[in-house]
Amino acid sequence: MNHYPDKSLAESAAAFEKAAARPPTTHYVLRLFVAGTTRNSVCAITNLKRICEQHLANRYQLEIIDIYQQPELAREAQLTAVPTLIKQLPLPIRRIIGDLSSEEHVLAGLNLLKRAL
Amino acid sequence: MAKRQQKRNELVPLTVRGIRKAPTGVEGFDQITSGGLPQGRPTLVCGSAGCGKTLLAMEFLVRGATLFDEPGVFMSFEESSQELVENVRSMGFDLSDLEAKKKIVLDFVRIEREEVEETGEYDLEGLFIRLGFAVQSIGAKRVVLDTIEALFAGLPNEMIVRAELRRLFRWLKENGLTAIITGEQGTGTLTRHGLEEYVADCVILLDHRVSEQVTTRRLRIVKYRGSSHGTNEYPFLIGDSGISVLPITSLRLEHKAPTDRVSSGIASLDEMFSGEGFYRGSSILLLGSPGTGKSSVAASFVDATCRRGERCLLVAYEESSDQIVRNMHSIGIDLGQWIDQGLLRVHATRPTLYGLEMHLWRLRCLVESFNPAVVVIDPLSNLSLSMPAWELKPTLMQLVDLLKSRGITALFTSLVSEGAFMEEPHIGISSLMDTLISLRNIEADRERNRILSVIKSRGMTHSNQAREFILSNNGVYLVDIRVVEEKVLIGTARASYEAGERASVGLRRQRAERQARRTARKRKAIETRIAAFEAELEAEAELETDEADFLAAQEVAREQTQRLPGQLRMGDTGELLDQKKIT
Repeated sequence: MNHYPDKSLAESAAAFEKAAARPPTTHYVLRLFVAGTTRNSVCAITNLKRICEQHLANRYQLEIIDIYQQPELAREAQLTAVPTLIKQLPLPIRRIIGDLSSEEHVLAGLNLLKRAL
Repeated sequence: MAKRQQKRNELVPLTVRGIRKAPTGVEGFDQITSGGLPQGRPTLVCGSAGCGKTLLAMEFLVRGATLFDEPGVFMSFEESSQELVENVRSMGFDLSDLEAKKKIVLDFVRIEREEVEETGEYDLEGLFIRLGFAVQSIGAKRVVLDTIEALFAGLPNEMIVRAELRRLFRWLKENGLTAIITGEQGTGTLTRHGLEEYVADCVILLDHRVSEQVTTRRLRIVKYRGSSHGTNEYPFLIGDSGISVLPITSLRLEHKAPTDRVSSGIASLDEMFSGEGFYRGSSILLLGSPGTGKSSVAASFVDATCRRGERCLLVAYEESSDQIVRNMHSIGIDLGQWIDQGLLRVHATRPTLYGLEMHLWRLRCLVESFNPAVVVIDPLSNLSLSMPAWELKPTLMQLVDLLKSRGITALFTSLVSEGAFMEEPHIGISSLMDTLISLRNIEADRERNRILSVIKSRGMTHSNQAREFILSNNGVYLVDIRVVEEKVLIGTARASYEAGERASVGLRRQRAERQARRTARKRKAIETRIAAFEAELEAEAELETDEADFLAAQEVAREQTQRLPGQLRMGDTGELLDQKKIT
């Protein structure tokens, strides 16, 4: 099995493989901007919660902001479209707009899509 | 019947009132739109890149906040707030200050296409909330969306953007906001994304075109619902204090016409205008081929103006200030003293330095700051280097209007090519002028001579005579042209004729004197002779009397002697009767 000539190198390779096999531990910070209880907003909240539970269980922090309640935040967050999901961590910052109905797109936006190697 | 009539009167308002307008405060713009932009409605400002859309919108907002107490929100989709503040600082707009005073809100809407992932349905409620919040925070009356088309580039779903834009414009109207929406010009359409279909009330097109390597900016009101407006293309400028739209003509001709006169500085030229010179506030055009002395006539006028203690602005497009002063010394005019006394200001630039509008605008600034009584432009024709004649005329019209409205007497010189019919290239211009003077070179007998004639002069009697125009060491003067035996004599011919005439006058006088002397002498001689004859006559007469006396005496004596013998002889009668008598 061990075909590495150097023992230390063999150890680190093993450590890498072990780490890759483990579930990812990156913590996600997400902010979802919605506008009251419009259909799109409600959809977005439901969709996001489901996706997060499925893919980011116990390693995400989600803040849902109603811009009707806090309009001053809209400017700060550079908001145009609603609903908007902003992935603040991990970097880079990404914005996902829409009612988040397409799980594949959301996962792509969150960089969670497993790429075919 | 009467009741019905009354009812009809009630229905129709006595005066048809136009829509309410929000003044922009942009120089000249409110004049051509008779009041400004439609109040409470959106206006589309479109044009190609760099045509001044953002600046027009910004000035509308800044003037609104500072002059008309209407705070405004500037929503920028292209430039960050910081960039905007810096860009308009050169126009004297202090946006940071206005922001601090809650007169203006700047909101930069950043949309990065790469950052955005789209999943499913959405709307632009975020934008509405931002705008609404900004409007509410300062009680804004005006809104600018610059350039909202960035949404099309930033958001993938055009259908949604279109639907939301429609909603946005409706929202603006409902909230009674006077708005400017800018849009990039598309090929064949006013805007690239057809914004004109949403903004139907007022559309303004800006244009930035290059002709003959000089750029000019133009503004046109394509559409203005519910209002009359100028339909022309108006040149506009971006100057040190914002935008100035230059209406092609003042919509009304209502400048005053002073009746007092100003001297041209050449006494013999004044004589041609019934002895008093030009009307104050009139426009005078000197047309002439090269070297006919246009600048010298202009300099004389400048000199006369300053001599009266009035201010004069000389705009020179050919010579520098120093050169003019030096050259005019040669005809005995010292312009340097007037410059030193502050009565004369020389503004010398190359006409190709910038477009005609810019020249006009600078001139306007100079006129406003210096406040001259007379403006001389030498030569006007150089301006036409940078633009075709048909474009020149409207600008000149503005210039003439500008000067007339201020009661400034204006003298322009214009170069015409030699041999061309005098008015030909300037038909357009000459109709704007009150007085037209033509200067010509006439070449005959191997010499050139200058001829001046008055082509027209509105509102005064003027000489119809061509005069010979002479530049001498002590200034400029005019001489009557001599016509001898149907031949026009000018220059040397005239001078020699006059000299000859002077000489022959002398000769004639001498001859007459000689004649007179001769006559006198002759008379004297004759008189002497008459005297001699008279003396002779007298002597003769004397002699005659003597003779007569003698004869008489002789006769008596003879009678006596005849009688004596008779007496002595006592004759036939026999008596010596008369003896006693004889003795």
